[in-house]
Amino acid sequence: MAEFTLKVNGSEHRVNAGSEESLLSVLRDRLQLTGTKYGCGEGQCGACTVLLDGQPALACITLASGAAGQKITTIEGLERNGELCHVQQAFLHEGAFQCAYCTSGMIMAATGLLHAHPHPSEEQILQAMNGNICRCGTYPRILAAIHRAAQAAPTEADDARA
Amino acid sequence: MPARELQDGFATEAAQHDVPRQLRAFALDRRDFLRLCGGGLLVCLAGEPSLAQESGGGWGRHPLPEQISAWLFIDAHGKVTVYTGKVEVGQNIRTSLAQSVAEELRVAFDTITMVMGDTDLVPWDAGTFGSRTTPTMGPQLRKMAAAARSLLVEKAAQQWKVDPATLVAANGNVTNPAAAQTLSYGALTQGEKLTATVDGELPLTPATEWKIAGTPVPKADGRDFVTGRHKYPSDIVRPGMLYGKVVRPSGFRATLVSVDTSAAEKMPGVQVVRDGDFIGVVAPDGWTAEKAAAAIEAKWAVPAQISNTELFADLKKRAEGGAAAGGDMEQALAGAEMKMDAEYTIAYIQHAPLEPRAAVAEWDGTHLTVWTGTQRPFGVRDELAQAFRLPGNQVRVLMPDMGSGYGGKHSGECAVECARLAKAAGKPVKLVWTREEEFTWAYFRPAGVISIRSGVRHDGTLIAWAQTNINSGPSGIDTPYNVTAKAGDFREVEDPPLRQGSYRALAATANHFARESHMDDLAHAVNMDPLEFRLKNLTDARLRAVLQAAAQRFGWGRQASSPQRGFGMACGTDKGGYVAACAEVEIDAARKVRVRRVVQAWESGAIVNPDGLRNQTMGAIVQAMGGGLFEEIRFASGKILNPLFSEYRVPRFRDTPEIEVVLLDRKDIPSAGAGEIGIVALAPAVGNAIFAATGERLRAMPMAAGKFRA
Repeated sequence: MAEFTLKVNGSEHRVNAGSEESLLSVLRDRLQLTGTKYGCGEGQCGACTVLLDGQPALACITLASGAAGQKITTIEGLERNGELCHVQQAFLHEGAFQCAYCTSGMIMAATGLLHAHPHPSEEQILQAMNGNICRCGTYPRILAAIHRAAQAAPTEADDARA
Repeated sequence: MPARELQDGFATEAAQHDVPRQLRAFALDRRDFLRLCGGGLLVCLAGEPSLAQESGGGWGRHPLPEQISAWLFIDAHGKVTVYTGKVEVGQNIRTSLAQSVAEELRVAFDTITMVMGDTDLVPWDAGTFGSRTTPTMGPQLRKMAAAARSLLVEKAAQQWKVDPATLVAANGNVTNPAAAQTLSYGALTQGEKLTATVDGELPLTPATEWKIAGTPVPKADGRDFVTGRHKYPSDIVRPGMLYGKVVRPSGFRATLVSVDTSAAEKMPGVQVVRDGDFIGVVAPDGWTAEKAAAAIEAKWAVPAQISNTELFADLKKRAEGGAAAGGDMEQALAGAEMKMDAEYTIAYIQHAPLEPRAAVAEWDGTHLTVWTGTQRPFGVRDELAQAFRLPGNQVRVLMPDMGSGYGGKHSGECAVECARLAKAAGKPVKLVWTREEEFTWAYFRPAGVISIRSGVRHDGTLIAWAQTNINSGPSGIDTPYNVTAKAGDFREVEDPPLRQGSYRALAATANHFARESHMDDLAHAVNMDPLEFRLKNLTDARLRAVLQAAAQRFGWGRQASSPQRGFGMACGTDKGGYVAACAEVEIDAARKVRVRRVVQAWESGAIVNPDGLRNQTMGAIVQAMGGGLFEEIRFASGKILNPLFSEYRVPRFRDTPEIEVVLLDRKDIPSAGAGEIGIVALAPAVGNAIFAATGERLRAMPMAAGKFRA
């Protein structure tokens, strides 16, 4: 076991976890941040996508201890004072989900993409999103949501996060 | 009559969804009512499987409650709570059912809260499958809502001492226009239950007059899903909860030879749970549970079993000796000007719902509560009750809206395992299957071999059609085309190599793939356009309508296929849904297939929620890409060879074609379910497009697993 501090959504958490334990396991089982989902455990489905210093990362294949010192953002950290960020709003507006189990990971991956490329090309979107699986098959709506988010003016939640 | 339909519909569906029956074939041992699938606890079946009992007229044990209060409650503030055993798995019924209730009750959509799949609170229900929610639960709830509205109007009429016929119910109020009097529903119920019983029919609002039903209301509680706030079954946390892990056997039908649990037992906080061949652990956190399970050394004996390369020969061999086609069929075939005989295969595939099986179990003395992801909460309750020898009323199953199922989550094995661990631990336990467990120990969509013998005149008139399906199922085997001599024969195989059960649309996918591919071959054989050939042999007006709508939007016939670009179509119907798809594929020099564009037309009666329906139809097309082109379970010696997303390819963003959905709204026809049949037309449409481009007929699903790649 190892003891370290994680900075998640602006709060510091003292964590006692296995030295080889994944960030996903720590977020879900030790910090009860269950918005980040388990889908495969091998970095193949994107359900566990979080942001590390603004960059999308797959929490299931990221060592928790290795994320100490980085700014970790999960789906729970996107809202500000009850206001959704523009990516969340766009997903809601487009109805870009069915069971929505993939939605957290999709929104985090899209947020990371738009952070790096505020006006991404179709190819950049596919490149960034192809690692995220939606078994319900809502990909066209997710693409529409990303385009919508790219056109929307940032909200207060976006400003606060940046 | 919804109750009647609920019974009839269920009876016909149940046989095909009979997972418990399939589980029996896997039983290796029977002790203490617990059946062991290798090391995994499976459903215990004392006597007949409960589902089969229900389907055999056992509905008498579960009559639909006739009291309004069993289905809906209006509190003193006018907030409406609706109770149903149907569950939300992404198909959007939490929204569409609430719309239907709001419509009949004459209240705003957002005054309604749906309580779904909580066995202590909702009326008994067989489960959420077979596209039955919209055609059966919809009318049932509408009837109760209409009865409640009528009761509220009567209550107001009594208070005002006027004729109820002069009163108007609207927007959560009863109004007397003559005296400008108004009473809210809340004021009328004062939070008391509506005690009237409803038997027989009530007039329901026709679809042409719908104001809330029929509109694109967004997903209920949508905000909770974009904020991560929604608690899926795998997200449930209970005070003092431990984490479980099951040690799996090294193959199917395995028996335990030896086990050494000493290393795991020495780990702090770890408890090993043994019950026959079942080996599990509980630990304070998931990480430790995983380490502890890995530290257990178990040796298993796995009997010899066939591989996927031997599968179809094995199925055919075992299905030999079925009933021969009748003399009329042989005569019709003998008299045909052209005959065609072809065989099609469909592989085993996995549902692979993104949320694997998960459960949290909590014991309170002899009462057991389990939160779990399942399409059959009452079925799982029965499995738990039988496994632990409890009366049903001491078991409560709750089903939080889950990370989908696609027909794959009918069974309760994870719930039973979890409850076993929690019982041993004396504390609540969470058990979440890994992706590999889900790919291995869940059940599969059955593989099958389908053969078709057909006869046609030179002028394109179909005269004979004999279709046989080995193992995959009878759904959709009946051709909708006009054929004088037709026969459909499903041949079951005892003890199939993999555990198999329901999958979205059941065997309609396999039977449509075979039929629509075969129809395409016949069209080319008689030198007719595939659309023209289909229409010539089709009088079903609803199927003709979707076929023509898809063809028109697609621009069918506007462009001829070339070796690099092909156009194909397919259509079909089952469970009250009518579908037609046109596909455009691109094929490069390396025979890589890209589906570029799909137009799908859909009709299932009056549309309850056009946005939800469009979403379902689009999603079905995307999901169908996987089974159509590349999804396939490979197995050998009792092991799954590709039990990971890195080895089992599912459709992704880059696989997604441009999709156009055309919805036909038949307000004159009762609404049917739409979650399943939208999946059946894509694969044959793509196969037909590949044929149009290359002249190569692909008769195996997945299609891009041999000569072609995708």
